[in-house]
Amino acid sequence: MAAEALGWWGVPLGILAGTLRGSAPFLFVSLGECLTEKSGKINLGLEGTLLTGAMSAYAISYLASDKWGIPTSVSPWLGVLVAGCAGMILGFIHAWLSQQPKVNDIAVGIAMIIFGSGIAFYFGKAFIQPKAPQLPTIDLGNWSAMPAVQSALKISPLFIFGVLLAPLMAWFFKSTRWGLFVRAVGDSPDAALAMGVSIKRVRMLCIIAGSFLAGIGGACLSLYYPGLWSESISSGQGLMAVALVIFARWNPVQCLWASLFFGGAQAIGPALQSVGVDQGRYLFNAMPYILTLLIMIITCSPKKTLSGAPGALGTING
Amino acid sequence: MSNRYIYVPRRQVIRGLLATAAFGATSKLWTGCSSSPTDTASTSGTSGASPDAGKPITIGFIYNAPKADYGWNQAHAVGAAAIASMPGIKIIEQESVPETKEVQEVMRNMIDQDGATVVIATSFGYFDPHVLEVAKAYPDVQFLHCGTLWKEGLAKNIGSFFALVDEGQYLAGRIAAQASKGGKIGFVGAKPINPVLRNINSFMLGARSVKPDIKMQVIFTGDWSLPVKEADATNSLADQGFDVIAVHVDSPKVVIETAEKRGLLSSGFHSDQSALAPKGYLTGTVYNWGTIYKNYVELFKAGKTLINGGVKPQYIGGIAEDYIGLATFGPAVTEPIKKDVEAAKAKLVDGSAVVYKGAIKDNAGAVKIPAGKTYKVTAPELTKMDWLAEGVSGKTS
Repeated sequence: MAAEALGWWGVPLGILAGTLRGSAPFLFVSLGECLTEKSGKINLGLEGTLLTGAMSAYAISYLASDKWGIPTSVSPWLGVLVAGCAGMILGFIHAWLSQQPKVNDIAVGIAMIIFGSGIAFYFGKAFIQPKAPQLPTIDLGNWSAMPAVQSALKISPLFIFGVLLAPLMAWFFKSTRWGLFVRAVGDSPDAALAMGVSIKRVRMLCIIAGSFLAGIGGACLSLYYPGLWSESISSGQGLMAVALVIFARWNPVQCLWASLFFGGAQAIGPALQSVGVDQGRYLFNAMPYILTLLIMIITCSPKKTLSGAPGALGTING
Repeated sequence: MSNRYIYVPRRQVIRGLLATAAFGATSKLWTGCSSSPTDTASTSGTSGASPDAGKPITIGFIYNAPKADYGWNQAHAVGAAAIASMPGIKIIEQESVPETKEVQEVMRNMIDQDGATVVIATSFGYFDPHVLEVAKAYPDVQFLHCGTLWKEGLAKNIGSFFALVDEGQYLAGRIAAQASKGGKIGFVGAKPINPVLRNINSFMLGARSVKPDIKMQVIFTGDWSLPVKEADATNSLADQGFDVIAVHVDSPKVVIETAEKRGLLSSGFHSDQSALAPKGYLTGTVYNWGTIYKNYVELFKAGKTLINGGVKPQYIGGIAEDYIGLATFGPAVTEPIKKDVEAAKAKLVDGSAVVYKGAIKDNAGAVKIPAGKTYKVTAPELTKMDWLAEGVSGKTS
């Protein structure tokens, strides 16, 4: 039943497990934000989208299996889909509002955080207590006799989807016509307009698609790990993921690394405490932020601006 | 961008927004938390809670989070539900009220709009300054706060109640020690502050009273509700071979469910979580707020109030008063364990055994409670406890 003690090996294992389990929400939100920002808009509201996604996924998964008689193998997937769609609705609101003349997208984003979390809390009241069927996992650890390893290697198919999506998105930006449109709109809207591309339409689609991904990120939280709906489930992960895009220099593949890194860093504190390292607990819990600061300091340079930043980011349409 | 057909001047929009906001603010559109507005004149009577004219006593409950969280708030909501069905009582509830000025607004609304004559503030941070301030403005309304913050010299319409969990956690610790095969207990706590430390220590003292060599590792997550960290902490403890997980965070749901997934035994807190872990749940201390609330209601119905001195300003109790109890036992709690716990409980109730009986050392070896000294759970010395008992691995700072 219980595992034999792993001792210090538990720390790297715990971090690995945290990376595999905890990074999916970061990954989806940062990829969604990456797509949005590439088109020249910022969507801070993804924190609200993440919460709405988590709530709707959990609610639908529970309702579908308990009330509508849909088998538990299907209902979580239905939840994931609905979470994505709920994200798209919030994304549409953001896209529509933030493209009105003289509207600041950061201000709209903050409003959308409040709106998204408010919606999620309001409709989520009834779903805090029930238990919803969870997404299936792919068990890669069955070769090992150790339950700790088996548990660490229970990977969500959504995570694999996210990992595959990152290089796919990089390829999309680099090598496709549509990717070129997105980059053009984000870097130089005037040039895009001259090319005959509708700036509004491209941004609208990018924001909606990005919010779809963020909604799925929410589903990872509520249907995979930690696998429940509570109002504090995101604890700021959506906002961190938005910051992570800057950290990853607007590159989807680097978003993947950054997400893995943040997911793993989250687990450092608990893993070290479990082997009895109690000194500097606060420092370990603050690890993700400290590491981010360090990397920012190391990689920054006074001689050039942030490379990779879309040119039109942060400008207000007149 | 000239292809906009509907053009509304900005000033008009701003004017409209202001007008709506002003209307909303003055009419208090959102304060309709009761279905039928009660006559507010009842608050102007001399004795707010007197049952004159057959009017129901309206009691307002304020929670700091949703009331179905398998935790602290659910325990209170269960207690509130227990008195809601009593004749002559009407309860109103509001969830997710932060410990800010907003709680004052909520209290005022409950009193002015819904005619509440008793307000029960269930969260620690509601007391100072919020309850204190509103109590001044409504001298006829009784304010009951859940905590130990009441002291002499406060306004007469303020009272407090609290349940001490030490004895419950002591018993839960005894159960955990007997059910554990490896003799290693993991504890997921929020912050190293007095109530959490008391919880940990009494659990450990209970466990050690059965198996003196038992070990415990504490993980502090850093805040009351961090679901991802709580799950990570439980998984890390599972990886290290801890086979019983105890918990003190706002909602133990994540920890209990994660422990169940990993095939561990778990001991809950706040309210009954046995439905979450049908295999591994042992038991856990539950608050019986219903006992306290019923007690209050009976006093109020007899015309006694805090203001006329019929109700004591402070009620604090433990297992003997039935303010706390143990949750439904899980399947791992075998018959001999049940018998042992019944016997231990009987001793705690009649006072022939106590949780804190010297000599008790902290985990660095220093004697914290000298030999021959015993502390009842209500002893004020215990509220200063800032150490972890012998056998617990962890640091309080």
